[in-house]
Amino acid sequence: MSQVDERLSASERRAAREAHLIASEKARDLSRELKINDFHGGVHPPENKHQSTGEPIGRIPLAEDLIVPLNQHIGATAIPLVKLGDLVLKGQKIAEADGPVSCPVHAPTSGKVVAIEPMSVPHPSGMVADCIQIRSDGRDEWCARTPLADYRNRDTDELLEQIRDCGIAGMGGAGFPTAVKLNPRGGVTIDTLIINGTECEPYITADDMLMREHADEIIAGVEILAHLLDQPERVLIGIEDNKPEAIKAMQRAAEGTRFHVVVFPTKYPSGGEKQLIEILTGREVPNEGLPANVGIVCQNVGTARAVYRAIHFGEPLISRVTTVVGESLAHQRNIEVPIGTPIRHILECHGIDRKQLQRIVIGGPMMGYTIEDESAPVVKTTNCILAPTNKELPPPPPAQACIRCGLCAEACPASLLPQQLYWYARAEDRDKLQAYNLFDCIECGACSYVCPSSIPLVQYYRAAKGDIREARQEKEKADRARERFEYRKLRMERAEQEKEAKRLERKKAAEEARKLREQNAGSPEAQAAKQEADVVAAALARVKAKQASPEQQLARAQRTLTSAEHRVERMQQKVAEADESQRAQLEAQLKTAELKLKEARDKLAEAESLSATAPAAQQHPAAESAPTPSITEDKLTVAGASSSAAGAAIERAKAAAAARASMSPQEKLAAEIDALKTRVEKAEARLQKARSEDDPNTAAFETALGKLQEKLAEKQQQAGSQD
Amino acid sequence: MDWLSDVSTPLLILGGMALVFGALLGFAAVRFKVEGDPIVDQIDALLPQTQCGQCGHPGCRPYAEAIANGEAINKCPPGGQATINELANLLDVEAIPLDAEHGVEDVRKVAFIREAECIGCTKCIQACPVDAIVGAAKQMHTVIVDECTGCDLCVEPCPVDCIDMVPLEMTLQRWHPNKPRDGIQLIASDRPELHADDRSAA
Amino acid sequence: MSLMQITSPHAHSGQSTSKVMLQVAAATVPGILALVIYFGPGVLINIALCIVTALASEAAVMKLRNRPVGFYLKDYSALVTAVLLGIALPPYCPWWIPVVGSISAIVLAKQLYGGMGYNPFNPAMVGYVVLLISFPVEMTRWAGPAELIQGVPGLDETFALVFGNMNVDGFTRATPLEIVRHNQSTILAQLYEMEPVFNKGTLAGLGWEMANVGFLLGGLFLWFRRLITWHAPVAMLATLAVLSVMFYDGGSSLSEGSPLLHLFSGATMLGAFFIVTDPVSGCTSNKGRLIFGAGVGLLVFVIRAWGAYPDAVAFAVLLMNFAAPFIDNYTLPRTYGHKAARKATDLEEQ
Repeated sequence: MSQVDERLSASERRAAREAHLIASEKARDLSRELKINDFHGGVHPPENKHQSTGEPIGRIPLAEDLIVPLNQHIGATAIPLVKLGDLVLKGQKIAEADGPVSCPVHAPTSGKVVAIEPMSVPHPSGMVADCIQIRSDGRDEWCARTPLADYRNRDTDELLEQIRDCGIAGMGGAGFPTAVKLNPRGGVTIDTLIINGTECEPYITADDMLMREHADEIIAGVEILAHLLDQPERVLIGIEDNKPEAIKAMQRAAEGTRFHVVVFPTKYPSGGEKQLIEILTGREVPNEGLPANVGIVCQNVGTARAVYRAIHFGEPLISRVTTVVGESLAHQRNIEVPIGTPIRHILECHGIDRKQLQRIVIGGPMMGYTIEDESAPVVKTTNCILAPTNKELPPPPPAQACIRCGLCAEACPASLLPQQLYWYARAEDRDKLQAYNLFDCIECGACSYVCPSSIPLVQYYRAAKGDIREARQEKEKADRARERFEYRKLRMERAEQEKEAKRLERKKAAEEARKLREQNAGSPEAQAAKQEADVVAAALARVKAKQASPEQQLARAQRTLTSAEHRVERMQQKVAEADESQRAQLEAQLKTAELKLKEARDKLAEAESLSATAPAAQQHPAAESAPTPSITEDKLTVAGASSSAAGAAIERAKAAAAARASMSPQEKLAAEIDALKTRVEKAEARLQKARSEDDPNTAAFETALGKLQEKLAEKQQQAGSQD
Repeated sequence: MDWLSDVSTPLLILGGMALVFGALLGFAAVRFKVEGDPIVDQIDALLPQTQCGQCGHPGCRPYAEAIANGEAINKCPPGGQATINELANLLDVEAIPLDAEHGVEDVRKVAFIREAECIGCTKCIQACPVDAIVGAAKQMHTVIVDECTGCDLCVEPCPVDCIDMVPLEMTLQRWHPNKPRDGIQLIASDRPELHADDRSAA
Repeated sequence: MSLMQITSPHAHSGQSTSKVMLQVAAATVPGILALVIYFGPGVLINIALCIVTALASEAAVMKLRNRPVGFYLKDYSALVTAVLLGIALPPYCPWWIPVVGSISAIVLAKQLYGGMGYNPFNPAMVGYVVLLISFPVEMTRWAGPAELIQGVPGLDETFALVFGNMNVDGFTRATPLEIVRHNQSTILAQLYEMEPVFNKGTLAGLGWEMANVGFLLGGLFLWFRRLITWHAPVAMLATLAVLSVMFYDGGSSLSEGSPLLHLFSGATMLGAFFIVTDPVSGCTSNKGRLIFGAGVGLLVFVIRAWGAYPDAVAFAVLLMNFAAPFIDNYTLPRTYGHKAARKATDLEEQ
């Protein structure tokens, strides 16, 4: 109950604020308030907008297969919710957002999921990405929708969740998830909401037609957006003056609201977010900042409409208006098309003349990118499909030398020095590029457009940006690797130290115990201890004996034998003399002594045989002590590498690399074969051992051996074919 | 006496100047001492930290130390020519081509464990210089791709040969267009493949 | 047929370096016309010789560098250099003067530095200075205006002067700047009365003023076509005007000549609109261009007034070419979203 009250009071508060704002807005001197600013640079390319505005937004027959990419936005790729063969309904969520900066994906029509696999997507790389392919059943049957038409009485979070759930991403170009943008963090207050109806790119008229035909829906969407942003002081709808019909429609729709339709002169790229903000408010988005940092949120008109449909009808974003234009098409217009419709289908529906077609541009001629594969689908950000002829957009002539004419600097909307950036991008001087603010480049293409030497400047900048980003990531990774490596080293050292400390401790404890015993010599405990010490001494002697030369061993064994014999004799005597009470104990002692005697005999025999078979070893006593220093040496070299396993691997790799160098391909192959052979042998030995020990991993060893043999065979074949 | 003053005056003046400037320099050396990165740290910061040992040193830092002591800067295949250039820039020496004796520049790779075949022997875990392999004895192991430096050291120790070095996959997010080729490609000498031919013939 | 794969933008303004260069060459036509009308056909011979030599040396170097000759000749940058050098040379000078000058300009000043776009110095001015220093006698004998020498040489005479060994003395006169430079004791008003080159002209000496007006018109055409910005020329002319006003003491014998003389005589307008605006060797930002132009203006006046040479545009431009990278470093424009412009070197050290 109290929650509802709270919500109501919040909405009342909002309503009161809105009323107040409307009143104050009326009192304001709007001509002063809404001064239109200019931004630096810009160009006036031929607009070419008339071709596609001749007829209303049309529709085309549904394609047989719709291909819905899982990532159509900036952020993380969505996670599929459906399986192969599932039947889906139109609007059903088929993939869920992964994290906050991500967007879910919905089925654009009803049908069956026939593939979930990498397919070609509209991307300049021409690479494939995960998509869900839906075979339409032709019924186009909607799933259940949950409208929130009474949004004014609802929680902001609920509305944002709905927008997010409907998969709405910016429809102007980049495709940033809208819900994230509407929920600015860090306690910034948004005082201006800007609705971008600029559409400054030549050829594109999708927003223009949308504003002409659906101005009411856009305005209703803007109302929701304003509501979500807690009624910002100003709501400005920016439109370039080359769209008189759209302006009229929007002004008519905005009547009675407090939204201002602001008309400003046409200039490319006034539709860029930063440029539009500068035009309408005179503010600049700070370097590396967001519009929210200066109290502004910017949304595209298409997004506003999508928000309206999501809130009022619960419709997810599954279709959009796209301009289909270009001289190689018989029919040029705007269409409302389901997301996922293959571009080939659209082109074929508009009478494509393949002899004329020279490239397919997704987006406009200034910022659009070419695609290779016509089977790529329309996505949420596809605002234009341009199929120009050679005459319309001639291929660029070969680039000439930069004459530093400075036209690019005049045209740059970010006030950069493109000629200097070009210079450093060619030299791959990353420091200089960043010093000249490469990352403030919005890639609008104005510099390339005006360049008299036809230098593909933007491509240089994109490549340089990508390189620098990659280098940064690699640097980060290297730093992390260094940290991990150092930490590992530290850990190994600590483990080593701990082991050493423990050993020392044990040694010390034993020492102390010994001392204690010596002090109390004579007591029965001391006697017992002494006996124990004898045993220890004997053990030590044995160990020593192992290390000593066979001759010494033989001598020692003989000594041990004689002493054992003496002992047995003594014991037998004692047993004979002893009375009943002591007999049992003494007999036990005699048994041990006899055992010892037997052991001593064995040892003697062993030592004798050893001294007989290994006269050579005697001549090289140093050879046996060799391993110890070599181990220390190993430890020294590996001290940095911290583990002997890694060290050994490094040694091996080093040797292999040294050997590999200066080899001809054949030699290399031969060396590889040799290496493989040894590995096969090793694997065989391992397998044998595993079999004899009944190791549970025998099967794994078997497959490994098989694989190695296969590799070997392959290499041998290769070597054969080379000969 | 005259000659004495003739000699002593300049001696005094020069000696005094030497003292004064010496003191000044000494003071400056203490007062304005630059606490810069030791050169080893700077070199280490440029190395790729694969810790692969291809340079013949057990890890990147030992190689950095060796470079600081005058070793050649062209022994790091994972860093490639870019690293050599940066090192040359830092140390103000000539950038030399990569020493093929230590390996050749290759695409970035990461280790991949075919998990079905892993027997859980932990040998690779011990070999990994950056702790990028997780697993326990008798349990399956796996590589943390983000942490793997592609150093290759885990391949050899594996008893069942279930580790492959696979090229790092290109993603849509990481993709970017290549730098346009310089100049016009009308001319024979501007075509890179021809340069390559020249090199192999030489 | 595979589809073309290129990065954006796909549209282009249609502007090309060749077109720019041709328009620059075309813009010199009014000035050349004035020169021909007042000084006879000598300048045309100079330009023709320069063009032939310049294109030939450009082609030769391209051949040596294993580059496609046609592609590079078609950017017409050598043509513009040749035209500007040809204009700057004294008419009726021996044929080897333009030849040596053009070779110096193209081979020394341009191609040795890497060709178009890489030359730190203005090639035409380097060619001119090489000649001026090496052959001062030939380079300081300017033809007199037709009116003063009873008719300019005819074509046959012109060829005799250029290729034969006919003496040019009968056709030469001191230039207005030389007269003022060498004036020791006469107040300017009297000097103007005395010297026919002044009393027959209206602004700054017969012939010279019209040539400068011609180049001014050409420059305005370039500005109107947006091929040059106003910054460098205006800064140069304004600096020159301000300095000449400052040092014009009403026309005493020590005076350095009237502001009008400075603006409309010698190579002022040619320099302001065709030399100082050279983008390759000049400054790159508009602020930098203002400083560059002002520097040239300052140096022109200083050398004219107190230096050994009566005219100084070539020296001034070359000196400022040295300074251009330095100026560029301090005149980075403020990038959108950044608080203030910084120096490139500052950023580099971060």
